Amino acid sequence: MANAFAFVESRGGELRRVGLEAVTAARQLADGTGGGDVHALVIGAPGIATKAEMIAAHGADVVEVVEHPGLALYSPEVVAATAAARIGAGTYRAAFFSASAQGRDLAPRVAAKLGVALGADVTAFETSGDAIVVRHPVNTGKVIATLTITGTPVLVSLRPGAVTATRAPRTARTETIAPAMDPGSARVVPTELLAGNTAKLDLGEAPVIVSGGRGLRAPENFKLVEDLASAFGNAAVGATRAVTDDGWRPHTDQIGQTGRLVSPDLYVACGISGAIQHLAGMRTSKTIVAINKDREAPIFKIADYGVVGDVLEVLPVLTDAVRKAKHSH
Amino acid sequence: MKMAVCIKRAADMETRFKIAANGTSVDETGVKFDIADFDGFAVEAALQLKEKDGAGEVTVVSLGPDTVQETLRKALSMGADKAVHLKADAVPADALAIARVLAAELKGGGYDLVLFGRMAIDAANQSVGPMTAELLGVPCVSAASQLTIANGRGTARRELEGAAELLEFPLPAVVTIDEGIARPRLPSLKGIMAAKKKPLEVKPSQVGESRVKITKMELPPERTGGRIIGEGPAAVPELVRLLQTEAKVL
Repeated sequence: MANAFAFVESRGGELRRVGLEAVTAARQLADGTGGGDVHALVIGAPGIATKAEMIAAHGADVVEVVEHPGLALYSPEVVAATAAARIGAGTYRAAFFSASAQGRDLAPRVAAKLGVALGADVTAFETSGDAIVVRHPVNTGKVIATLTITGTPVLVSLRPGAVTATRAPRTARTETIAPAMDPGSARVVPTELLAGNTAKLDLGEAPVIVSGGRGLRAPENFKLVEDLASAFGNAAVGATRAVTDDGWRPHTDQIGQTGRLVSPDLYVACGISGAIQHLAGMRTSKTIVAINKDREAPIFKIADYGVVGDVLEVLPVLTDAVRKAKHSH
Repeated sequence: MKMAVCIKRAADMETRFKIAANGTSVDETGVKFDIADFDGFAVEAALQLKEKDGAGEVTVVSLGPDTVQETLRKALSMGADKAVHLKADAVPADALAIARVLAAELKGGGYDLVLFGRMAIDAANQSVGPMTAELLGVPCVSAASQLTIANGRGTARRELEGAAELLEFPLPAVVTIDEGIARPRLPSLKGIMAAKKKPLEVKPSQVGESRVKITKMELPPERTGGRIIGEGPAAVPELVRLLQTEAKVL
């Protein structure tokens, strides 16, 4: 019987899906060792306590809630100090974080405060004797490392989507906790959250990604990529480094070795030749479609379905067909 | 401003990697190495801050065997002033063990700003920078895509999933650098010649126990792609049929 801890990520007063994935992972670990307790920590501005029910529904036995007006934005020092204090106050075999932008900032701080090891960006985990064994893609996903991590607790940050958030309702106890330091005394001060288009799906979470490259020939032709994404209805729009370097798309849309690493169910590469830099970011997608006019383009070597042709001609027809297919359901 | 940049020697990611006979590492035969991608951005960011100030000093620091001296020389040829080689047989898999060695070197160095790349492109942990900051007890912003320093304070932007955030912090501080700040410059011939005369200090390092051990390295399953289903808009009906019936994603 081992207890497990989950840090439940939130933004703007809402839980993020990756936060519930951490709760599910903690539940899986506890159940896998004969059923220990899962403690889940959520931190935010007043009101975040209303999310405790959702956290309990995903398998937490105790929901630890920190509410403070100074914590509407993610305050790295306060959240790290509080998470370290809460983990230190219990006996946990493992503590789960998300390998998201926030979690990849938070988990190493907490590991250093506690003096324990961190398995970062983990795609699978299991307990093995006294150790936690994790899988972690290295070398831009071209190599998969299996790591054996010892010590108590082991911290794990989970790659988004590595675990599917699953309902496992518990009658949870809610504990109200004060932050481990006064938010007003933090040295690193978050001043603003610049919300993107909130209606837009994030690349890390979208089941479908439609991505464009130089083959689109001009920035305004990205409209065709956006149209196809909107026909799918559950798609995000990505781009190659060539395109983001030229300012056609924001840097944050870049998929590749130094950009986002994605593995959606479906990846549609439009006018993308398939430079190694780009393939590193999307080669783990489940199904890959490539549309490119150069039959010799490397993208076709990894595509499940290739269409040789001019994207500017193929995309409008494909968008129309996808829209019809979606409507016929 | 006195700055340090912690850099790592990493394999060229365009390599077709093979697993070594021991099953727990990558075969380095014939593999090219260079400054890890994000660490190059961090060196460039430090050089630009120094140039903007018109004064300052940039020290590059790297942990590892003697081969890292080549990586340090590269950073010196870009324009860094000094280098420190923390000698160790290997870089441990435990990010906290690495951070402890770096913090021991940086502590007492009087650095106003310590930069890292957002993550080492090979190990991909994205952990050593924030851990080092904790051990040093200084403020930290990780994965900064914009960084401004003025009057002893910094402002940084971090990219989030579908959003971004702005943060302010006082110096001294640790900042890890994302792509988007600056493309690393290529060393000039003059820079390469000058680098040969710049100080590169070699120090022994005490790498502590690593609680993370690599027990296996493997290549992911090969993709079985390469199927061209047709040409031009005429191929669309077949593509849609396959997405519906075979891939079941539509």
